[in-house]
Amino acid sequence: MLNLHLYMAQRLTALIMAPLTVGHLAVMIYAVQGGLSVAEILARTQGSLAWFLFYGSFVFAVSIHAAIGMRAIMFEWLGVKGTALSSISWGICLLLLVLGGRAVWAVTFAGAGA
Amino acid sequence: MIRPHRTHALWYAFLLHRVSGIALALFLPLHFYMLSLALTDPAQLDGILVFTDLLIVKCAEFALVFLLAVHMFGGLRLMALEFLPWSPRQKTFAASAVALAFLISTSFFLQAM
Amino acid sequence: MPETGEFLEVSIWREQDGDGHFESFQVPRRDNQTILDVVSWVQQQADPTLSYRFACRVGMCGSCAMMVNGAPRWTCRTHVQKVADDNRLEIAPLRNLPVIKDLAVDMDPFFDKWVAAEAVFEPSQTRDDPMAPITPQDPMRIAASDAIECINCAVCYAACDVVAANPDYLGPAALNRAWSLVNDSRDDGQDARLKAVSGGGGCHNCHAQQGCARYCPNELNPTLSISGLKRATAKSLLGWGQ
Repeated sequence: MLNLHLYMAQRLTALIMAPLTVGHLAVMIYAVQGGLSVAEILARTQGSLAWFLFYGSFVFAVSIHAAIGMRAIMFEWLGVKGTALSSISWGICLLLLVLGGRAVWAVTFAGAGA
Repeated sequence: MIRPHRTHALWYAFLLHRVSGIALALFLPLHFYMLSLALTDPAQLDGILVFTDLLIVKCAEFALVFLLAVHMFGGLRLMALEFLPWSPRQKTFAASAVALAFLISTSFFLQAM
Repeated sequence: MPETGEFLEVSIWREQDGDGHFESFQVPRRDNQTILDVVSWVQQQADPTLSYRFACRVGMCGSCAMMVNGAPRWTCRTHVQKVADDNRLEIAPLRNLPVIKDLAVDMDPFFDKWVAAEAVFEPSQTRDDPMAPITPQDPMRIAASDAIECINCAVCYAACDVVAANPDYLGPAALNRAWSLVNDSRDDGQDARLKAVSGGGGCHNCHAQQGCARYCPNELNPTLSISGLKRATAKSLLGWGQ
């Protein structure tokens, strides 16, 4: 039940996320050395516009991409259709946007100046 | 038991792509929630991060990194299949995606140890 | 064909009015036997009520397509010695199509989707116009010719898990033919065709499992064709039309 528009949104967000994912993998491999801590994470990201834009766009793209992906799976494997399918898909998108947005804010500009 | 018409490399590649996508989609809300604790309860987050020293957690992280990498490389394989001129090396690309993902997740694991 | 003295344990799907089950037959094994030979032996020697389809029996018409040990194949072109493990065979009607009786399926949904995909030639000229000058080396003609040999046997349709999961999905055969027509410069129906393959049952549902290419007895590649449709529809959306 993917039509042309959903398909294009899926592929475009995928293209956007390819370099972001490579970046994230690199960050993970670097950051995991010597263990993880809040202080260490925040020291990198707090107050940083670059990280805000990087992870902000990542969250935006993944919310759309994951929701469309789950939409196809719910339809094909769980038989969910119609309004239920659309509502749950939008729900997933919004959940990821809100939670992801909070997380990006939490590690960049929240509490900045403290 | 996999049905006979599915027992070929490119179907397994499809399944891996789908399962990795589901796993990542389920993991993300947890991941986002944990990170937002940096704002609301940094002490609790630090307490949780201590668990990342455990070997079993590092193995789980290895799996997650593998799933992310294999989903990305598999996705790039699909977009190449769709938007670039057709290549007869479809199975090679699928295998390469798995190999590259394994390489990256092993690098991560070695750094995490 | 000389009998070898061995017997095949053959499970054949029997269905009438929605009630279906496997029935076992003991069929004498012969050298160079095909699955179609096995089914024909059962109908002629064991149970005349068995219903099945075939026509040319030489791998040209596609009428004898069935599920053989879980894989969609032309039974006239499938040798028993290639597929029978331990002398056991399981023969069932093609997947993803309604069963009329036993091994015969209703091909109507398959052909309905063929039409729905606009996999039908729309003329741009009449018999009074000069012939269209198309050379065999023209890249579009080559693309069309690569996809043109489909004989509508529905093996790819039976192999496809997206067809199984999505009742609206037009399927590999219809989309493959649509692609060959997209490349036919004599055709006048491109706008309607691209629209027809862009809906909820359109080409964008293909997950590139490539079971269609694996099983096509004519060695066609519907996944390749569907990728072409994805490109063509994307281009038309982004305004880089043809």
